[in-house]
Order: sequence, then structure tokens, then C-alpha cells
Amino acid sequence: MAKYLLLKHYRGAPAAQNCVPMDQWTPEEVTAHIRFMQEFAARLEGTGEFVDAQALAPEGTFVRYDGEGRPPVTDGPFAETKDLIAGWMVIDVDSHERAVELAGELSAAPGAGGKPIHESIELRPFLAAPPTVTE
Amino acid sequence: MDELLLRSLTPGVLGILVRRGADFAAAEDAVQDALVEAVRVWPAEPPRDPKGWLVTVAWRRFLDSARADTARRRREDLVDEEPAPGPASGADDTLRLYFLCAHPSLSPSSAVALTLRAVGGLTTRQIAEAYLVPEATMAQRISRAKRTVRGVRFDRPGDVATVLRVLYLVFNEGYSGDVDLAAEAVRLTRQLAAVIDHPEVAGLLALMLLHHARRAGRTAPDGSLVPLAEQDRGRWDTASIAEGVGILQAALARDRLGEFQAQAAIAALHADAPTAGETDWVQIVEWYDELVGLTGSPVARLNRAVAVGEADGPRAGLAALAALDDSLPRYSAVAAHLHERDGDLVTAARLYAEAAHRARNVAERDHLTRQAARLNTRLRH
Repeated sequence: MAKYLLLKHYRGAPAAQNCVPMDQWTPEEVTAHIRFMQEFAARLEGTGEFVDAQALAPEGTFVRYDGEGRPPVTDGPFAETKDLIAGWMVIDVDSHERAVELAGELSAAPGAGGKPIHESIELRPFLAAPPTVTE
Repeated sequence: MDELLLRSLTPGVLGILVRRGADFAAAEDAVQDALVEAVRVWPAEPPRDPKGWLVTVAWRRFLDSARADTARRRREDLVDEEPAPGPASGADDTLRLYFLCAHPSLSPSSAVALTLRAVGGLTTRQIAEAYLVPEATMAQRISRAKRTVRGVRFDRPGDVATVLRVLYLVFNEGYSGDVDLAAEAVRLTRQLAAVIDHPEVAGLLALMLLHHARRAGRTAPDGSLVPLAEQDRGRWDTASIAEGVGILQAALARDRLGEFQAQAAIAALHADAPTAGETDWVQIVEWYDELVGLTGSPVARLNRAVAVGEADGPRAGLAALAALDDSLPRYSAVAAHLHERDGDLVTAARLYAEAAHRARNVAERDHLTRQAARLNTRLRH
């Protein structure tokens, strides 16, 4: 009964152990990876722990007010560290332990050679509405 | 159309269907259908006997689905043998339903969902909205829960502690969607207290009433948190407080203390004080000692440190705090408060900022951020 955001980083996170770009995989490996993701989501739908999941396009644009009459679109805060988030999933689970367990499973998605990617999944708790009892 | 009346009838109706031989999951579906039907039909044609009406419609729905089932023959035999409705042991049916929905084999979130649906009579959509998850997710949670308890025998008393835990979880979820979960938890606990004579049930009901009574004072119109000491006590619901205190006193008189009674006693001491300054902190510390003795809970120890700080001064509070694990939720918030009262504004400001960083909800984070900002502004001048 706590919601967590699972973030898949492609850049900006520690390098995955099995870090081979997806376009270097075999088509079967790509298919296996995608199937894993779909089955993972479907399983969480089945357990009543799924809230939402979306994939994101790789291109992002930074927008920042820079004063009257100045262009708002920038090249990012620091171009060389520009973060790239591939997609997210929101889960609603009974405990932090369960969230960690699921993030660990997601991190084991198969990649090149059918081996787990060991990708870092960022796990972020949602800030909730205040509970009834506050003191 | 009295939705509350409708929902209060739910456990009784469900209990009757199950006692007549319907399995729990099918009975629960049938009762939900009957509730939907009631919402549609009653405004134009209010029934003379609402419960009887619901039982009749739900039983018919159950038979319809049972007939469509492969086990048709067996179920029809069951109907033939069905005894005429005798004197209802309504209280027992209701009680068993509470135990079933809070069965230890269920995860907390499943037990909560099942309780709200089967005992509370809420629709899946309402429960999903209250917990901010998709309706499909909540539907899965409920149907898994029903599968989990399918084999559980319905004729044995369960553990009242698990039921109370589930109701307290519901209560602490607060308010979202079109269902007020705190009010719903109070209603369900009240209903439970009517059918079971147990001092801890009374203790939980008293605790909920006392907390609930102070809700209006707890937030400002803009939604920001108002700390207990600054709350406008005129906005507290005195009738609820009086009811809670009365229930608590009767429970305490039975001399079977439990954690909910101890928590309610603390809430009652806060509610009783005409002003924050007149709070009986010495007695509150004594109740926290009881609570720590009963539960050993780190959260109770942390709250005890706050009370010690009020009763014996900030240094004593900080000494009590020093014995605790600083990774506890709200630890830095408590430390910040005690350091501020002790006059160490630099440390307090740093700890408030740290506490804001570790806050679990938006209102608390904003409140703590403001506290840090307040001290930092003072320190600059």
C-alpha cells in the first residue's frame, strides 16, 4: 500500500554489467527482452500491484525561463550528463522490501547473450497524502 | 437513497448467503449485484424491509449464476434442501465476515480491499479511487483475496487482533476519492463493537473517534499541516471526543489493557486539554511507558521521547532520543523540535531540512521545509 516509481535509466545511472547497446543484440534477444517486460507488467496486473507503465522516446527537450524575450528551449542543464530515462512503471505494494524485490527482478531483464542486463533501476517512493493520524 | 444504510446491511446479507450454502466469492459477487440494483431501484420504490429485499435479490442473483455454472445440478439440490430463513444469528454472521476478510493468509492490502468490499459494501471503483490505483488493479486484488480465502472454513472464530489491524490500516489512509476511509473505518469498527465484546475493539473505536474528532483542526484551509500545539481547539468535534472518552473509560475499567486502549488514552489526554499548555504530559509519558511495554514499538519509543521532552524539558527528551535508531521515520523531525526548544537553532535548522528530505508525504515535507526556512531566516538576521 505504498506506491513506487521504477525508473529505467539508459544513461545517467551506473553502467550495467551486461551493457551492450540494444541494436547490437540479436533479434531474438530483443524479442526476449520485450517479452520479459510485458510478462513482468502482466504478472503485476495479476497480483493487483500494477498502477501504470509507459515507455518514453529518447529525445527530450529542456525548457527553462531565461528572462523576458529570451528563448525558453535550452540544450539541457549540462549537455554531457543529460539524463535519459527509457520508461517507467508505477507499482503499489505492501512494503519497501517487496518494491526492492520487484525492482531486482526488472533489473534482471535479459539482454545480449540472453544474460541479465544488471541494469540499475531507480526506485522512488511516491510522496503520499497525509495519513489521518499525524501526531 | 441512503448509501450508508445500504452499506451497513452488506455484511449481514452476505453472511446469510454464505450460511445458506453459497461459497464466499459467489455470494460476494451476488451481493454486489444486489447493491447496484438497489441503487437503481430504491429511489423510485423504497422497500419496506431493505435487508429482506437485498437478501432476496442477492440470493436470486446467486442462483442465476450458479445455474449457469457447471455445478448446476449440485447447486439446485442445495436450493431444494434450503431451509426456510429462520431466526437470524446476524451478529455471528457479521463477525465471521470480519474475521474472514482479515484472514492472516491475506497480505495487508488484500485484507483491506476485501474488508472494504465485503464488509463495507463499497464498490471496486470506490475502493480503487480511495487508494489511487486503477480499477482493474483493485479488481485483481479483490479476486485474488477471494481465491485465497476460498478454502477457509467460515464457522470458526478468528483472531480479533488481525481484524483490528486491518481496520486501523483503513483508518490511517485518510481521505481521497468519494469515500472517506477514516469515516468508513469508524463505521466498520462501530459495527464490529456492536457484535463483539472486547476491550481492544472498544479501545480502537475510542482511538479512531478521538483522532477523527481533531481532524478539522489538523489542516489549515490551504491544506498545510497545523501542529497539535497550534491547533484551534474550537474546531475539534467535542461530541466525538466525549463519545471516545466514554468508550475508553468503560474499556479501561475492565482491566485488560491493550495497545489500542493505551493509544486512545494518550489521544484522550490531548483531547481533554483546554489549551496545549495545559496538556498533562506527565500522564502521557506514563501511558507511553505502558505502550512501549505492550508493543516494544520503536515508533512508540520515539513518541515517548517527544512526551518526555514536554514533561521534563528538551534535554531529557534528547537523552531519551539518544537511545533510539536515527533511521526511524520522523526521528530527525523530533530531534529538530527538541534542539530548537533547547536553543540550538543551527542544529535544529539542519535537522528540519533533513527531516523534510525524509518526509513520507507532501504536507509533512512542506511543513518541515517551512520550519527549516523559519529558523534559517532567523539565523541570518
